[in-house]
Amino acid sequence: MSKYYVTQDVEMCIGCKACEVHCKTKNNSAEGAFFCKMIQVGPTMKNNLPVLDFVYMACFHCEKPWCVDACPTGAMQRREKDGIVFVDAAHCVGCKACMDACPWGVPQWDGATGKVDKCNLCMDRIDEGLEPACVSKCTTGCLSFGSPEQASDKKRQDFAERILSQKA
Amino acid sequence: MKKSVYSICGMCAVRCPLRVEVEDGKVTWIEGNSNDGGMGTSACAKAAASIPFQYDEQRPQSPMIRDGARGSGKWKEVSWDEAYSYINDKLKAIIAEHGAKAIMLTDRGGPFADMRKAFMKAIGSPNYINHDCTCGRNANHACKSTFGMGRTGFSYDLKNAKHIVLFGRNITESFKVKEVKSFMKAVKNGAHVTYVDPKVTNTAAKATRYWQNKPGTDYALLLGITNYIVANKFYDEEFVSKWCVGMPKLRTFLKPYTPEWAAEETGISAEEIKAFCHEINADRPGVVFHIGWLYARYKDTYYASRMLNILNALMGSVEQTGGLIYPKTPKHAGSSGLKSLGADIPAVEEKRCDKCDGELCHFDAGAGMLQVAYEAIDTGKPYPVKAYIVHRHNPLIALPDPKEQKRILDKLDLLVAVDVNYSETAWFADVILPESTYLERDTILRTEKGPKPGFGMRRKCVEPYYDTKPGWQIYVDLAERLGKGEYFPYKTIEDIWNYQLQDTDVKIEDFDAKGFVKLCDEPIGCSEENIKFGTKSGKIELFNKTREEAGIPSFKPYESPESPPEGSYRLLFGRKGYQTHGQSNNNPVLSQLLGTNKLMIHTAEAKKLGISNGDTVTVSSEDVQGSIEAEVTDFIHPEAVFMLHGFGTDVPAQKRAFGKGLADNAFMKGKLKDWDRAGGGLNLNECFVTVKPAA
Repeated sequence: MSKYYVTQDVEMCIGCKACEVHCKTKNNSAEGAFFCKMIQVGPTMKNNLPVLDFVYMACFHCEKPWCVDACPTGAMQRREKDGIVFVDAAHCVGCKACMDACPWGVPQWDGATGKVDKCNLCMDRIDEGLEPACVSKCTTGCLSFGSPEQASDKKRQDFAERILSQKA
Repeated sequence: MKKSVYSICGMCAVRCPLRVEVEDGKVTWIEGNSNDGGMGTSACAKAAASIPFQYDEQRPQSPMIRDGARGSGKWKEVSWDEAYSYINDKLKAIIAEHGAKAIMLTDRGGPFADMRKAFMKAIGSPNYINHDCTCGRNANHACKSTFGMGRTGFSYDLKNAKHIVLFGRNITESFKVKEVKSFMKAVKNGAHVTYVDPKVTNTAAKATRYWQNKPGTDYALLLGITNYIVANKFYDEEFVSKWCVGMPKLRTFLKPYTPEWAAEETGISAEEIKAFCHEINADRPGVVFHIGWLYARYKDTYYASRMLNILNALMGSVEQTGGLIYPKTPKHAGSSGLKSLGADIPAVEEKRCDKCDGELCHFDAGAGMLQVAYEAIDTGKPYPVKAYIVHRHNPLIALPDPKEQKRILDKLDLLVAVDVNYSETAWFADVILPESTYLERDTILRTEKGPKPGFGMRRKCVEPYYDTKPGWQIYVDLAERLGKGEYFPYKTIEDIWNYQLQDTDVKIEDFDAKGFVKLCDEPIGCSEENIKFGTKSGKIELFNKTREEAGIPSFKPYESPESPPEGSYRLLFGRKGYQTHGQSNNNPVLSQLLGTNKLMIHTAEAKKLGISNGDTVTVSSEDVQGSIEAEVTDFIHPEAVFMLHGFGTDVPAQKRAFGKGLADNAFMKGKLKDWDRAGGGLNLNECFVTVKPAA
């Protein structure tokens, strides 16, 4: 796990796909490739109401990334200082071993270059002290960027406040 | 070298404030203009997709003149000078024979339309018309008939509302960034949301109550609701007695329309209707009944919207937190407004071709009615209309029956399209004048109403990539050639901005800091002192005598909608949050998200027809037929089928979108004349289609 954490407040997400397109235009991902994707789940009916959610799927930036272990050339790397998993295109030979290895289908194929690319949390922006494109421009603010510790604190706080508001 | 420029988005009609980063003459980043607190850095998918659109080879790259039959797709690329000369010669001949009134112009309205209105005024034609007959006309006239002002006369304080009621207003998909942020705050705060739609949408999934009514029964449901609210005095009696006229007539009219009656019509049980009314009664005055945006749907939509307006009046929510708020104007802040570009141009004496200043004067002449103007082109009555300038508006995808429209448009001597896209209408035109994309153009200033009223500026971020011009320049150039240059003495956009600002204390450089200028420091709050209605009586007219006298009843007895015959379905349409009607489906990036549309059909109906999910089906209406993939679902009313709007383009230059999916409006045969005579909106959901498995 990288030291960063992107969280999604599913209740606040409207499935507008702004994250997908802001990511695409920022990172110039290939035709049909999406470094982050909103996966629609539903609709189903529950208690007489339609349930329809969108789940944010980008890269988890694993502590022991399957993709890095599988890469024979060292193109797929984990950045030492913060754990961001990224592709060094110069070394990618397009073998797709990372695509096989990743359990979540994260590495994306670029048909034009014959190489793989993926979410690197917009690390150039992170290095400037900014947030990834998907989070920064999310329409409703349902995506948040921070550390796992911050996310945990926020979740507890929100839960506590919700109990209070229900009492009121 | 990196610079930051404030702009205003041009990818849809919402026109959100943006901040754009430019490096070495290229746009590298677009985000919301966070100087606007309600906006933050948020921006939608369409805004993001404007970056690749600038370089898209599949948009008009230079002026073009038709070099074959209309719609044949045979073009010759010409210089601006040649295009202007061609247009000028034709217009001068038309003016000589028929007068300037034989020229009409349509656009999609909005805060920048002042330039086009001034152009039409300068050339001496009364026929400026916008797109609203396929959008908010019914809601607009319903609001006028009750509150005496247009539909944008109120804004909704959604984030503080306790209950938001949406009749088909798919607020999270057909969305405005600031509005949906406000709406989602209300959802997060635990507000009640009641959503009514024959089809489940993303908004339905955010609601605390979802009603799938029978298509075409919004009005019945609203009658049942209002009946119960009035009968039980679930309304603000003090507000109503002070501000409303016509309550006794409303009460009498509503008598037969009990919740039990409404249940029969709509499929929503009387118990549920009553429970809703009790909830509303507890939630008021923080209740918003959205009066409709694109509410050009059924034959009685005007009356449905009127009932929504009446319910707003009954809630007593005007100028109340969580209710209906007057968007404050420069005047509220003690300032003059922007000077209209047409202010010093002599008024046009001629009557309008759409009769909105004559026998149809109960309709707003400001926006006019394109479907009536079509009759003038077709019949030459009340007088011939021979030239049509269509400005980033696409009637061939927006209005019903493109085949019929083309028959009528072919009677014109001149059809000019000013557009950033090869729209269906541009493709049928005689001349295409390619406008620069919004990132490549300055635009006239706009007024921004709200708690802190002010003005907004769209600045050019980058130079045009192709041989295109900004809209303001095109109209200044055309006016000059038509001998009307005296009314447009502008060489630069700064000349125009200075003209607009002349009555204010604001200077152009004041926009540098934030992209907009506010005319007061503190927000202007709600106050009963602000309450003012533009009706003849100065009150909210539940019963509107003026319109009664013009033959428009205030209360229309209910007539059940026609049920589709066996094997036929009512055709509904809508859109997603990452598309703009027919404008975005060929976008280099957005087309990757949504390459085509599908036909949603109810599981039980599909079974009857032998259709499985993913099958190709044939959709027909009279002589129009097309194939589309079926999406079989439980989440649509069995009487209806649904497709996303704007697909099925017949323009080959839109290579990504060409031939993909179907265009809903193509199936609306003969529906160009099917419009609401009380509200002015087209009845876009009064169309039945048959569905069969593809042979």
